[in-house]
Amino acid sequence: MDSFLDLEGVSFAYPAGVPVCKDISFSINPNDIGCLLGPSGCGKTTVLRLIAGFESVHRGTINLAGQLLSDASETRPPEQRRIGYVFQDFALFPHLNVQDNVQFGLGKLSPRDAQRRAAEMLDLVRLSGLERRFPHELSGGQRQRVALARALAPQPALMLLDEPFSNLDVELREKLGTEVRALLQHLRVPALLVTHDQHEAFAIADKVGVMHEGRIVQWDTPYNLYHRPASRFVADFVGEGVLLPATVDGMGCMETELGHLGCGHAGQFAAGDAVDLLLRPDDIVHDDDSPQVAEVLHKAFRGAEFLYALRLPSGAKILSLVPSHHNHEIGQRIGIRMEIDHVVAFPRA
Amino acid sequence: MTFCPAPADQVQATNRRDSRRAGWIDLRLLAILLALIILAPVLGLAWNAFQSSAADAPALVTTIIPELVGNSVLLAVCVALGVAVIGTLPAWLVAQFEFPGRRVLEWLLVLPLAMPAYVMAYAYADFFQYAGPFQSTLREWFGWQVRSDYWFPDIRTLGGAAGILILALYPYVYVLARVSFLEQPAALMEAGRIAGLGRLAVLWRVAIPVARPAIVAGAALAVMEALADFGTVSYFGVMTLTTGIFKAWFGQGNLPLAAQLGLALLAAAVICLLIEQASRSRAKYHQGLSKAHPRATIHSRKRWVALALCALPCAMGFLVPVLLLLRLALRAQVQPDLAFLSLSIHSFLLALAAAMLTVFCATLMAYAARKGSAPLRWLNRTCGTGYAIPGLVLAVGITLPALLLDRALVNLLEAWTGHAWPLMLSGGVALLVYAYLVRFLGVGLQSVESGLAKITPGIEDAARSLGATGGETLRRVHLPMLRGTLAMATLLVFVDVLKELPATFVLRPFNFDTLAVRVYTLAMDERLGEAAAPALLIVLVAAIPVYITSRAMVRRLHG
Repeated sequence: MDSFLDLEGVSFAYPAGVPVCKDISFSINPNDIGCLLGPSGCGKTTVLRLIAGFESVHRGTINLAGQLLSDASETRPPEQRRIGYVFQDFALFPHLNVQDNVQFGLGKLSPRDAQRRAAEMLDLVRLSGLERRFPHELSGGQRQRVALARALAPQPALMLLDEPFSNLDVELREKLGTEVRALLQHLRVPALLVTHDQHEAFAIADKVGVMHEGRIVQWDTPYNLYHRPASRFVADFVGEGVLLPATVDGMGCMETELGHLGCGHAGQFAAGDAVDLLLRPDDIVHDDDSPQVAEVLHKAFRGAEFLYALRLPSGAKILSLVPSHHNHEIGQRIGIRMEIDHVVAFPRA
Repeated sequence: MTFCPAPADQVQATNRRDSRRAGWIDLRLLAILLALIILAPVLGLAWNAFQSSAADAPALVTTIIPELVGNSVLLAVCVALGVAVIGTLPAWLVAQFEFPGRRVLEWLLVLPLAMPAYVMAYAYADFFQYAGPFQSTLREWFGWQVRSDYWFPDIRTLGGAAGILILALYPYVYVLARVSFLEQPAALMEAGRIAGLGRLAVLWRVAIPVARPAIVAGAALAVMEALADFGTVSYFGVMTLTTGIFKAWFGQGNLPLAAQLGLALLAAAVICLLIEQASRSRAKYHQGLSKAHPRATIHSRKRWVALALCALPCAMGFLVPVLLLLRLALRAQVQPDLAFLSLSIHSFLLALAAAMLTVFCATLMAYAARKGSAPLRWLNRTCGTGYAIPGLVLAVGITLPALLLDRALVNLLEAWTGHAWPLMLSGGVALLVYAYLVRFLGVGLQSVESGLAKITPGIEDAARSLGATGGETLRRVHLPMLRGTLAMATLLVFVDVLKELPATFVLRPFNFDTLAVRVYTLAMDERLGEAAAPALLIVLVAAIPVYITSRAMVRRLHG
């Protein structure tokens, strides 16, 4: 058995409400970090709560290391699961100082061992020296680290992190994101994280599940989610881009306003099908020599590059990422061409 | 009882769905049972009221009842208007202006809450009566000889009672109106000023209308208390519903009539409560607009006017009566003797027992309902309104369910142990404690619920995910986090029990006195000098939680 955490057909609904999770299935390998990504209200936090045992599944099973945690008839209590949980608001115990917060779950150790273990964890999250502080005396980033240390201290078999960085400012998020990944890998603790921020998901996770209305619509690597989205929703939710109308010709090529492409990639489509082709901003390259021109509608300066919104002669809008020394005025016509490695198309709605 | 889910070894073997919830069912059942016990007196009251007999005395019904109801209504109207004025004005001044003494007055203005109205009544009655120091001094100054030489209002009237109750109850309006004024966004006032209104015009046309829900809510609470008052009106000989109930019950032995009057009084109290809650929910509609403005410092001579306007209510409502009582006590030269000591001790013990039981039940009920179970929450809210039941009405209603409960308990014990048991509730101290529980559970519930609200569900989940069982979570997280709250709740109920007069007076066992009862009986015998010392003791103890909460309130909302 190579997967470590297994969810199979898990469904859940609150007593007086519509189903929150429908038929959720995925698995996480040992030492991997998974992530559930989706807009707020898509049910991703509920999945974490089901795995932690805070809620009971209505259908399906949850297994951890080959042991059944939850099914429709039984829910193992959260305190017997050896699962660490980092809460969105950190949920530090306000009446305990940092040391005692981290030591909370170490009741099985002798006091001396518990103290040593807590010191070790605080050292690992670089909070040594703040043991006597109370949660309200800490900054947001420090609280987040205490929460992490507290969850990791009892050596959980699995870590769950619920929007762990959403309460922090943007700069801190990125920094802590990489730190947390390194820490989890160092301790060899598999983890599942929930977020609505794709950058966070991509920075930390090995596998990402995109959730939409209670279902996982795609479970894949970050690279594939971006370059091979399985549905319009994923294509739209992950990354930027537009859909350009195209038709499949007899050779299996996509014919668009900007020319032919993807010959031989139109596998699922038949000749004559009308499709929408996904164009990422990095698929459109600025080229002064290109015969294709488009008018600049908007531009957003991003430092190293400009994101241009362009209008094609047909009126269709596309996005293009251009090195920032190409500074064009709005209204100006610039030469462009397609440079696509991954052809993604959906049947026209 | 089981606080925690089943022990670990049982959980291991569980095949029930969601084992961790199973243990809580006991707690919920217990909470529901408690709620029924607490609501029983209302049923008892209704049952008594529908016994035939009121029709036996048609003359009484037609002659006395209109007077009782009329006086109660008049009293309610006077108190409502009085507290609205006396509570709102200082609230506006301390919230919006800086003047000498503002910081101290801000919490001093709450202190009359520590002064039971009946105690204030004794102090002022002595001071203002014909032989009292006030009229004596007037006679001395103006050379009057006898009563016919001059006119002086008699304090032992409905007007006098209303005045006393206004002074004792205006803090209800003050507290709520002050918060409302503090939270009013500066932009509202500024918009008023830009539109050409002066400061007073802004008060009339903007500040007071915006604060109106808060003022109405406070006034409704004050009226509720005024209607429930027994000590003041009975001392002044004013016939209201409460004194009517007392007379019907003990004067004429007509329990059904007493119960009917009680039902009417309860209805009035419930209406007050509904008005209060409806207003309160509207009192927040201006929140979140913008920041409150800084206080404007008054430099002109008006600052002394502001000082006087704020100092007057707290002086009249607390400091003066305390000094008058002190003077009475010193003049009477009552030595604190053993009797006084034992009276105080068992009064305190009773209050402590009732407070601890009440807070324990409140904790249990709040804890059972904390996970958002709607019916339980509703039940708790209903039980919490016990403080709306006037003490005397509660006394009328409680005897019957107490007897039933007693019998059930005795039967249970007999079946269990095999030998006979005496009745334990009826006519004993336990009955008093039961009455206090019904009346003051709301005070406990409110404190405990606000304390529990600070413990987010995440905190509880965190403890569980770190390996703590339900019981451990209670012991290691909830109780330590609630310690301060529980202590404060106990103190609040303790003081309320200490001050409580009518229910205690009626339900106490034979020859069992508390401080409040002793104060009342001595005062009714016109032995005010002897009543002063126990009265002072009540006031001083009651001032402790009022002082603590008012200081906290001022600190929390310092504009």
